[in-house]
Amino acid sequence: MCATCGCGSDGKTTFFLIDKDQQHNHSHDHVHTHNHGYVHDHGHTHDHQHINEKKIIDVEQDVLHQNNLLAERNRGYFDAKHILALNLVSSPGSGKTSLLERSLRDLKGELEFAVIEGDQQTNNDADRIFATGTKVTQINTGKGCHLDAHMITHAIQDLKPADYSVLFIENVGNLVCPAMFDLGEKERVVIMSVTEGDDKPLKYPDMFHSSTLCIINKTDLLPYVPFDIEKAKANAKKVNHYLEIIEVSCTSGDGLPLWYNWLRSKVLQAETI
Amino acid sequence: MHELSIVMGIIKIAEDHAKAAGAHSVDEIELDIGTLSGVDMESMEFAWTQAKKGTMLNNSLKKVNSISAKAKCLDCDTEFDIKNYYDACPVCGEHLISILRGKELKVKSLLVS
Ligand SMILES: Nc1nc2c(ncn2[C@@H]2O[C@H](COP(=O)(O)OP(=O)(O)OP(=O)(O)O)[C@@H](O)[C@H]2O)c(=O)[nH]1
Ligand SMILES: [Zn+2]
Ligand SMILES: [Zn+2]
Ligand SMILES: [Zn+2]
Ligand SMILES: [Zn+2]
Repeated sequence: MCATCGCGSDGKTTFFLIDKDQQHNHSHDHVHTHNHGYVHDHGHTHDHQHINEKKIIDVEQDVLHQNNLLAERNRGYFDAKHILALNLVSSPGSGKTSLLERSLRDLKGELEFAVIEGDQQTNNDADRIFATGTKVTQINTGKGCHLDAHMITHAIQDLKPADYSVLFIENVGNLVCPAMFDLGEKERVVIMSVTEGDDKPLKYPDMFHSSTLCIINKTDLLPYVPFDIEKAKANAKKVNHYLEIIEVSCTSGDGLPLWYNWLRSKVLQAETI
Repeated sequence: MHELSIVMGIIKIAEDHAKAAGAHSVDEIELDIGTLSGVDMESMEFAWTQAKKGTMLNNSLKKVNSISAKAKCLDCDTEFDIKNYYDACPVCGEHLISILRGKELKVKSLLVS
C-alpha cells in the first residue's frame, strides 16, 4: 500500500527512471494501481442486530476529488521549486515526442528540462528523449488511457526535476480521456497535425476547451493534404475563445521559434511570481 | 475508457461513506452527471456492470441525474442552453461564453443498509 495516497499496489502502472549510470529500464519496484483490490472482510461481527435498517447519506462529493487534491499537491511542489510543468496532449502520432526532441536539442544550455513520458506499453518515447541527454521517467499505464495526478506524484519522486526547470509531461496519445485529469500542470498544450481532420477540435472539444495552447504540427505537409488550416483554427477558437495557436513543422523547423518564445515567456512568468 | 477510472472512483467514494456509516450494502446511489462532464454514458454502463461485482454496490440501484449544460455569453450576458462547447450565443452569435453548469460529476447521495 502506498503511503502517499493509500492506493493498493497489486500492479498495473509501472515507473522507470531512465538512468544514466545504470542499466536502461531498471524498474523501481514501485508498482501501483488504482484498482482497489476488492478485498472485503466477510467475517464482520454483528454484535448487535440491524435488520433492514436503511439510511440515506448525503455525499455531495466530486468523483475526481481525489485526483484534484493530488493535482493541487503536485502544483504546490512545482510552484515551490519554480518548475514550469506542461501537459502535452494529442491523438496518437501528431508529433509530441518529435516536438520534445527538437525543443530539448534546440534549447539545450538555455533552459533546463525534465520529461515524464506516458505510454501504454513501450519505452520507445522515453528512449528517444533520453538520447537528447534529458532526465526522463517513463510511466507505463498498461491498459490505462490517460495519466492521472497520482502517477505524476510518484514519477516526480523518482525524477526530481531541478528547480527552475521546465517539466514536459507527454500524456498518452488519446484526445478523450486525458482531458478529465488535472495533473497539476501549469498549462495544457494540445497538439494536432495537418494529417488529421480540420474538425478535430469539434470532435474532441473537451481537450481543446481545457488547453491554453494549441500547436498545429506537420505544416510541411500542407501542400499534400486537404487540411484547411484557417478552418481548423476557427474551429478551435469556437471551442475555446482563449486558446493560443502556433503553427509549426518539427521536420522543417518552421514556426518553432514561436513555440520557443511562448516557452520562454512562461518561464519568465513563473519566475516573477 | 476513462469511464472505468470514473466508475472505480464512484465505487470507492460510495464504499468509504457506507463503511463509515456502519452499513454493509449500498441499496441506491444517486449521481449528478453534467452533459459536458466528458462521461460517455454507454461506456459508463459497461464499466459499471463490470466494476461493481463483489463490492458493496453489487445490488445497488443507480440513479443518474443528467444536468443539462448552460452557458453565459460574455459579450451580451445572455444565458442559454448548450449542447457543445462550440455552440454560439443565440442572440449575438459570439463564441465567447462561460460555462455555468453541465460539468458536474459527483456522487450525490446513498441509501445504505
Ligand atoms: N512530415 C512531418 N512528420 C512529422 C512531423 N512531426 C512528427 N512527424 C512524424 O510523425 C510521426 C509521429 O511522431 P511522434 O513524435 O512519434 O508522435 P507522438 O505524438 O509522440 O506519438 P505517440 O506518442 O504515439 O502518441 C513520426 O513518424 C514523425 O517523424 C512534422 O512536422 N512533419
Ligand atoms: Zn500511490
Ligand atoms: Zn510520443
Ligand atoms: Zn479512456
Ligand atoms: Zn451574446
